[in-house]
Amino acid sequence: MSEIADKVKKIVVEHLGVEESKVTPEASFIDDLGADSLDTVELVMAFEEAFNVEIPEDAAEKIATVKDAIDYIEKQKAA
Amino acid sequence: MSLSQYGVPRSLRDQTDSSGERAGLLQSAGANSGRRRVVVTGMGMVGPLGLGVENVWSRLIAGESGIGRITHFDPSDLPAQVAGQVPEGPTAEGKLTLSDWVPVKDQRKMDRFIHMGLVAATEAVEDSGWKPQTEEDKCATGVMIGSGIGGLQTIYDASITVHEGRAKRLSPFFIPSALINLVSGHVSIKYGFQGPNHSVVTACATGVHAIGDAARLIMLGDADVMVAGGAEATVCPLGIAGFCSARALSTGFNETPQQASRPWDKDRDGFVMGEGAGVVVLEEYEHAKARGAKIYAEVIGYGMSGDAYHITAPAEGHYGAFRAMRSALKSAGITPADVQYVNAHGTSTMADDLELEAVERLFAEDARNLAMSSTKSATGHLLGAAGAVEAMFCMLAIRDNVAPPTLNLDNPSRESVIDRIAHTAQQRNINIALSNSFGFGGTNASLLVRGV
Repeated sequence: MSEIADKVKKIVVEHLGVEESKVTPEASFIDDLGADSLDTVELVMAFEEAFNVEIPEDAAEKIATVKDAIDYIEKQKAA
Repeated sequence: MSLSQYGVPRSLRDQTDSSGERAGLLQSAGANSGRRRVVVTGMGMVGPLGLGVENVWSRLIAGESGIGRITHFDPSDLPAQVAGQVPEGPTAEGKLTLSDWVPVKDQRKMDRFIHMGLVAATEAVEDSGWKPQTEEDKCATGVMIGSGIGGLQTIYDASITVHEGRAKRLSPFFIPSALINLVSGHVSIKYGFQGPNHSVVTACATGVHAIGDAARLIMLGDADVMVAGGAEATVCPLGIAGFCSARALSTGFNETPQQASRPWDKDRDGFVMGEGAGVVVLEEYEHAKARGAKIYAEVIGYGMSGDAYHITAPAEGHYGAFRAMRSALKSAGITPADVQYVNAHGTSTMADDLELEAVERLFAEDARNLAMSSTKSATGHLLGAAGAVEAMFCMLAIRDNVAPPTLNLDNPSRESVIDRIAHTAQQRNINIALSNSFGFGGTNASLLVRGV
């Protein structure tokens, strides 16, 4: 797992208070990890802060799973 | 007695003609006949004396104080450095371990006053044993928990974020963390209570207004059960500094914190802020009886008034307090002679003697038999939670026939025929008790409770 993936996972565990084992790439923040819409707003903010990236609202709306977040951030970092 | 001797404004004199101010008190019996009766079937509290109703009550009766030097932050640069803070530690020791009450992941979504409210509400609901299962029962159960100030520390923190140019980093939980009615919201979500969801904001009168208004909702049939009370957590830099600027807090006892709250004593120099919450479960009497609930007391009277005088100070003679108490007696259909105990607002400020004077005038010759104490001497002033906590002290005073003490009342600034229960609790026969709460803005509320 990449360094980015590790860090994303850590942030998710911290913010949603879920078991690390549940934070699989396919896990949906809302359907699988118990987040509500405000939790996802806060998560995206935490990603922005941790990775020093800007995630515009239309992009944030498409981030539904752990993998979506990792992919988006990796793409931004690679650019 | 001449009212002009107090320099009372003309408008206030008009409200209280001296010949007739007690008129009607003796003819009001039967005023409550035929209405739905409201009883208390659950109680919960957390405050400077600790966690849990029985723990707090036994410490109060033992004459212990919950006041100490402020530890939530460094108060060294403020004139007031003492407060009543909730002791942290194991639940089994009557102290607060927040994670036992609010899941860690939810804690940062709520200001501390909501934590306090949730702790007290959880204790009260569990104590009542009321667990509605049907939609009908859930919809007949409401919540009315208020706060005087709300999420002050949360607002302070968020302001810094914005000031630093990081407005886009503001937590999406900022607003729901600070909003006063969110205690009621969280309690309803936790338990599925779908009846009236309401909140009171009347500064230091919040707790009494919440219980009184919620009881009326039950009387009027809007609900069968109401979870009601107040929560506050303003032992924070902004809260202490703000009340310091208003010259409201004690500043002369920073080295001897347990002596700082001294209602009616000649050396009192301001109130001591406390934090915590008090919540009761109110229930329609037949509803409570039908399910075999334990009943602590009945809410028999409730009175309200406005001073229409000054934003922070009561008028000479405290006619607002007088009228609130008189209305409470009237709504209960009882006379002053029926009341054995008053839990005073008594904040340890100059206003203590004005309340005393109002009580003396209302009770007249019956004042001789009255016990009146200020439990703020032990807890500090819990602002929006004070009235709820103190209403419960009244119910426990009735249950145990004990009047809790007024600590530090060494030398009263004014003599009175009323026994103010200095220093140590007293065994007294108590069947009806009155709780007073008055708030900034000139708002006054009095609640009458009776043993069942």
